[in-house]
Parts: sequence; structure tokens; C-alpha cells
Amino acid sequence: MFSTPLVIQVYKYMSLQEDILGTGVWHMQQTSVEQLKQHAIELRKTAVTMVYEAQSGHPGGSLSAADVISALYFREMNVDPANPKWEDRDRFVLSKGHVAPIQYAALALRGFVSNESVYTLRQYGSPFQGHPDMKKCPGIDISTGSLGQGLSCAVGMAIAGQRDEKDYRVFAMVGDGECQEGQIWEAIQAAVKYKLDNLIVFVDNNRLQIDGFCEDVMPLLDLEKKFDAFGFDTTRIDGHSMEHIVETLDTFAKQKNGKPKCIVCDTVKGKGVSYMEDQAAWHGTAPNKEEFELAIKELEGGLPV
Amino acid sequence: MSVTKKAVEKKATRAAFGDEIVRLGESNKDIYVVDIDIGKSCKTDKFIEKFPMQHINVGIAEQNGAGIAAGLATTGKIPFISTYAVFGSLRMAEQIRQEVCYPNLNVKIACSHGGLTPGNDGGSHQAIEDMGVMRSFPNMTVIMGADYHSTRKLIAEAAAMYGPVYLRFTRDAVPMIYDENETFEIGKAKQLRDGEDIAIIANGDTVRLAIEAAEQLEQNGVSVKLLDMHTIKPLDVEAVKDCLDIGSIITVEDHNILNGLGSAVAEVIAEAGKGQLARIGVQDRFGESAPYEKLLEINGITVENIIAKANQLLTN
Repeated sequence: MFSTPLVIQVYKYMSLQEDILGTGVWHMQQTSVEQLKQHAIELRKTAVTMVYEAQSGHPGGSLSAADVISALYFREMNVDPANPKWEDRDRFVLSKGHVAPIQYAALALRGFVSNESVYTLRQYGSPFQGHPDMKKCPGIDISTGSLGQGLSCAVGMAIAGQRDEKDYRVFAMVGDGECQEGQIWEAIQAAVKYKLDNLIVFVDNNRLQIDGFCEDVMPLLDLEKKFDAFGFDTTRIDGHSMEHIVETLDTFAKQKNGKPKCIVCDTVKGKGVSYMEDQAAWHGTAPNKEEFELAIKELEGGLPV
Repeated sequence: MSVTKKAVEKKATRAAFGDEIVRLGESNKDIYVVDIDIGKSCKTDKFIEKFPMQHINVGIAEQNGAGIAAGLATTGKIPFISTYAVFGSLRMAEQIRQEVCYPNLNVKIACSHGGLTPGNDGGSHQAIEDMGVMRSFPNMTVIMGADYHSTRKLIAEAAAMYGPVYLRFTRDAVPMIYDENETFEIGKAKQLRDGEDIAIIANGDTVRLAIEAAEQLEQNGVSVKLLDMHTIKPLDVEAVKDCLDIGSIITVEDHNILNGLGSAVAEVIAEAGKGQLARIGVQDRFGESAPYEKLLEINGITVENIIAKANQLLTN
């Protein structure tokens, strides 16, 4: 396993390489599945630590989203930590903004922000607000937090890219519970109308929301079928299988066929920390010292494959 | 300033939007229009025809329209969301708060059918609280021009400034007040008259009523200072303070007397601790289907009531 400082050093070196080559583009296709798995563990540890330090935040959904976030930030997305507002960058919209800790962890590991700074999460003056704030934090493409709204913003970014004939892509992550919001379906309609094959939507299908199982609170039925019926190219994968995530990003997500893409990721809320797994109570609860130490120990033990 | 004397020609200020947005689109390819199905009514048809690649129609989905506009703005576009005031201020209110004002994105919300002007449509379509709602959001600028030319100028100013702007237009035709060379500055009241006995501060489609009332008051020997307060946020506080020495102030608006121009002026007066105020506007009640002028009359938004309120304040 990489120690965090070493990882950051490695990326700094890669940034230098990029400058020397003058490509303007940072391709990370060489990042192996094994490395992505290790990064995902690091992201989980950082996110849980952030929430523990703040004694506030959302660990459950951060952990369910970690593997996709790892694949996006360390392999798939064309972004430049030295120039976070680079106009040709790929965009990422965390529509389920409450899982900001996992995105902040990725921004730190990727070198957008310093590794230590993220532990100011939710403190006064911190760039790491309770929900992502594009004005305060480098690498945040749009402020989110009120569920159901981010996907529309992603559609706007994708339309702009299409009209400007740019190659960038827009990745968005929505929660399954979030799909109870009507605006999500408005955004989906627009994405299909405008043939946004530069838009890739991940549904973090962890089956839980604050009040319990989505199935009990407001059943979402089969989200894969619903996105498909609305006109998306849709697939469904194990959202904790790095092999599946990478394969889907390499093939399915890259089709330029005039259709937006949806990847329904079956995930487990709290994944990697046994006592948080599948527990709605860990949606927005911070661990105490004992719980935190156990969480780190379990995460360091690695995820069962 | 010069007020057009022959105030006979009338135009709806939504037509000013339709014309000005075409001029803006010609000179700036980043100007986008986000329509929410009612493009024809909101007068964006000429823009659609000329600049289809700068146009998006999201259908009957206001919330999504606001979010798409925010997304466009993050890439440097200057989107104008075009809809009716009741929807533009309320159906998408939270999206404007969260995705436009909170990140301070360069999105303009351009709304026809402001105030009681969609008279026959009834209370469901009359936006009487929109400017107040928008005034509550940090980073938001809130504007209603008094006539065609001033509205065009203010739209151009809104496009030129960075940040969220709410622009409100009339559905109905209102008299031309200004000539086309008049200039306007956002946040700066336009003084139409100077006077010493009473100050009238009006905006939007009620400026015409205030002008008429001021003329009649002058004929009766009352000296009137008259301001067109086209921007209620940021309010031209200095212009209001300049009225405090006169002592008596009347506000006139086609909006609920709560939270709009009257409230904004009242805040200045209360903090200064001097002066007396009468607010003329919608009397905190919903409208109904009726001719626009009838609805104004029901709420006392009339020349006669402005004069009556002036006389009342002057005898206090």
C-alpha cells in the first residue's frame, strides 16, 4: 500500500512529466486496477477520518461511492490539479453532495489540495464545506447539496461542451434515494433530447436513505429499466468491483452514439466498515473514538474481493 | 433627463426583452436563452430563429431549466432563463438559490408577466411576490424597467455585469416614457422630477401612474420629487436618503406591499429614523381574472390614490 505522502509525490512527478511532454492532457490509463483498489482504501480512510475529526458528516454514502470515485479521479478523468479550472477538463458533478468527504479525499490524493487541509472539514473558514462549494474548494465544478439539482447542472455543462465542440466529458453521481426527486427525471429528459453522449451518470444504488430502505420510504423500482425507458444507454454493475467499473468506463461509457450513459452501481452503504454496512443510521453520523479506530483497522485490512 | 411628452405609444416590456436579446446574441456568442416552453409568449422567437445554437428549450420543467443555466454558466456562457415571473421566481426558487446565487453564477432570469399584468389569467399567474422572493437571495440583483426603452437598456446592463440578475417585464403594453438615448445604471435611481414637498418612488409599470399623479399634484401647487427605482436590489439607498429631508415619501409598485419596493424603502426610512411613508401596491391579497387596470384599481394602484395619499401625508 502507498503511504499518502508517497502517492502525492508520484502525482507531482507525473504532472511534471506532463509539462515536459507539453501534451496538456494527463492520461492515467496506466493506473492499474490494483492501484485503484488501494486508492479506494485510502479515500475511505481519509473520508472516515475527516468525519471523525469534524464529528459531523456523512460516512455511509461516502463509503458506498468510494470505488467509482477512485476510478474516476485516478484513471478516467482528464483533470489537472495545477489548473483546476482548465476549460477542457472533464467535469465531475457530485449531485449527492452530502458525500463530499469522499470527493475531498480524492481531491487531496490527486493533489488539488493538501492532504492535511481536508481535516478542516466543516470548520469555520474551511474550503471543505459540509457540502461541495465551488467558490471555496479547488476542483469542485459546481456547488451541490440540495438533492436532485446537480444532474441538471451536469446537463448544462454537457450541452456547452457539445455546442463548443469540446472533447471533455461530464461525469455525474446521483444517489438512488435522490432519484425520488422529480427534477432528476427532468434532467434525464433533457440529456436524451440533446443527445449528450458526453454525459455519464452513475447511480450510487446503495438502497438506503435517511429514513431507511428506499424500498420502504419510496420505492424506486428498477432504475436501470427506468433510465433505459427514458432513452439512456444503461448498464448495471457491482459498484465495488474495480474490474467492472474500469471495464465499463473503458467500453460502455466511451460509445459516441448520441445517447447519454447511465451506470447503475449496486453498492453497500458504509462499505468497508462492518458496523456501518447497510445501516441507515450511518447516513449522517460521526463515529466515536472506538468506532473510528475499528473503522480504520478494518479498512487497512483491505476490502474482501 | 427627458421624458417623452407624447406618451401615447405603448409597448409591453416583454417585447423589449425579445428585441434586446437578439441584439445581445449578435454581439456575444456566449449569450444563451433557456426557454421553458413559452418562448413565443416571452418573445424569444426571433432569437431562436437567428441563434439556434445559443438556444435551449427544456420544456415545461423550470427547475431543470435553472440547473441547466447554472451548468452553462460554469463554462462561461451567459444564460438568460426566460419564463413567466410566477414560475421564474417560485417554481425554480430553490434552484436559483442553490445553483445560481449560492455559487454566484452569471445567470439572468428574465421574466414576463410581472405583477398584475397577466390580468385575465387570474391569480395563479399574477406574480405579486416575485421581486420580494428574489430580493431575499444574497448575490441577486432585482430589476424592473418602467417602459420599453429603459427595459432594453437595463437588460443590456444586466448582460454586461457579472452575477445573477432577476429581470421582470410586463405582459401588457405600457406607455413609452423614455426616449431611446436615455441611459440607465443598475442600482441607480432615475430622477424624473425634483421637488420639495413630497417624494414619490415608483418602479415598473407604475412609473407611468406616478408621472401622471406628480403632474396633477404640481398643478395643485405641490412640488414633487419623482424617482424611477428600477432596481430594488441593490437599492439606491443614497437616493432614498436624499428624500428624507422632504419628509414624506410614497412608494408605488405593481407588487405586494410586503417585501418589494415599499419594504426596501421602508427599511432605509426606519433605520434613518426620520420621514413618513405610504406604500401603494398589491394589498397582500391574491388577484383574480380581470382586466389589468381593474386589478390595479382594486388594490389602489391608481393616479387618484397616489394623489390622495400625498395629500394625506402633507396634512399629517
